[in-house]
Amino acid sequence: MAYSNKVLDHYNHPRNVGSMDKSDPNVGTGMVGAPECGDVMKLQVKVNPETGIIEDAKFKTFGCGSAIASSSLATEMLKGKTVDEALAIKNTEIVNELALPPVKIHCSVLAEDAIKAAISDYKKKTGAEVPAATASH
Amino acid sequence: MNFPIYMDYHATTPMDPRVLEAMMPFLTNKFGNAASRNHAFGWEAEEAVELARKQIADLIGATPKEIVFTSGATESNNLAIKGVAEMYAERGNHIITAATEHKATLDTCKRLEKHGCRITYLPVLASGLIDLDMLKEAITDKTILISIMYANNEIGVVQQVREIGKIAKERGVLFHTDAVQAVGKIPVNVIADNVDLLSLSGHKLYGPKGVGALYVRRKSPRVQLTAQMDGGGHERGMRSGTLNVPGIVGLGKACELCRQEMDSEAKRLGALRDKLRAKLEAELDETYVNGSMESRLPHNLNISFAYVEGESLLMGINDVAVSSGSACTSATLEPSYVLKALGAGDDLAHSSIRFGLGRFTTEEEVDYVAAKVIDVVKKLRELSPLYEMFKEGVDLSKVQWTAH
Ligand SMILES: Cc1ncc(COP(=O)(O)O)c(C=O)c1O
Repeated sequence: MAYSNKVLDHYNHPRNVGSMDKSDPNVGTGMVGAPECGDVMKLQVKVNPETGIIEDAKFKTFGCGSAIASSSLATEMLKGKTVDEALAIKNTEIVNELALPPVKIHCSVLAEDAIKAAISDYKKKTGAEVPAATASH
Repeated sequence: MNFPIYMDYHATTPMDPRVLEAMMPFLTNKFGNAASRNHAFGWEAEEAVELARKQIADLIGATPKEIVFTSGATESNNLAIKGVAEMYAERGNHIITAATEHKATLDTCKRLEKHGCRITYLPVLASGLIDLDMLKEAITDKTILISIMYANNEIGVVQQVREIGKIAKERGVLFHTDAVQAVGKIPVNVIADNVDLLSLSGHKLYGPKGVGALYVRRKSPRVQLTAQMDGGGHERGMRSGTLNVPGIVGLGKACELCRQEMDSEAKRLGALRDKLRAKLEAELDETYVNGSMESRLPHNLNISFAYVEGESLLMGINDVAVSSGSACTSATLEPSYVLKALGAGDDLAHSSIRFGLGRFTTEEEVDYVAAKVIDVVKKLRELSPLYEMFKEGVDLSKVQWTAH
């Protein structure tokens, strides 16, 4: 299979590789996929609680080159967005940006799922904080 | 070194220049039809075909009359299995094969199933070998054929062919073996191995593509086949069609070269393969060889690098031609059914790389490939959430994955 230059660029120079502290209340973690299916993405966002803006994003991916590129690109797209803007990211944006062929569209879907999972984890954490704080009174 | 480095000799082999040299006259001025009985053009073509028949027979311990030329091993497998099923239909309708066979065997059996045959697909052990007791138990009074490959094209595992042949003989069942990956690489002898039908292919042993042969035993027992191609009655009626003289000449020459060089080549490649494996295992943890190391072709290494996906690894070693059992590299988007049959789990199938060494592989290339693979696997493990979890001591089999 021939890869687009954009996919090759992300594969050779992946952006924002790494992990953040899962227990940090401002960090949302999403992990999607399964090893038996051949791809697993872990995507993390760090949100500024004052502004609601995503200040940092990190990923680690087990998967083909297109899966790595999709998640690498997703971290770039996330930075600077608000949580709600992040939820509006569509997999088709990733498909277009990376020029993914039809057999690789599922990689972009997985990246979109990872974004949603990370944000939902963050929201759960912030929502859960209030009752936890009240309980301690 | 020339790039890209070719290390995919199970997929196909380059033609040996000596083979091309032998073929050249038959691609140019010696163009006669081997069936033309009444002029010199036909005679010289026929003579060349008969020499090739002998060269092939000599390599596998057969006699020239037992060699039937085909277009390749796909056709040989089809002819052997369908030909027996049709010819011996009155005696029975049961065929035994294995889950790790090549598609040319499996899909032939599937078609026969639709036409009233019963097929037993034997599972394999983690070693890739079939269980001989299971084979014995599977045989019934309706069994007409056992078709088990000599050596597997993905994992290089060599079956206990001699034992299988003995069992078949004792039970009066015909035995066909797809020996495409074994012939010319390790000793194969149809008499000692008790083989009744054997498929081989030109392009897997440094000969041309589009030519192969089927060995059909003529004595004890005399095997009969129903032809699958109707026409002029060539090849003693078993395979009609004007003979591919240049291809056949090339196949014959390729077999002769293999016979002369096989022993030293197998030693050389076995040592290179072991070096490749030792280098990879010295630098990388969590690597798993797929299938038996003891009963394996000397030039094959099929190995999984856990927590790294195969296609992404191929992408990183793009100046090396190898293949992977990963779903992403297959047309069906399913991981390799051969690796799945070993029971190691789909995740290891996705992480597998097949190295196939061959006649033109050098030690320098092996060193280069080992270093490159080590480098890319390390890089991809830095990227891998699974490797991170493994290092943290997480039991990945207990994680709730969101399968998609
Ligand atoms: C084990 C095995 N059987 C059969 C075949 C088919 O051979 P051919 O390409 O000559 O049809 C191959 C090659 O792909 C093979 O590896």
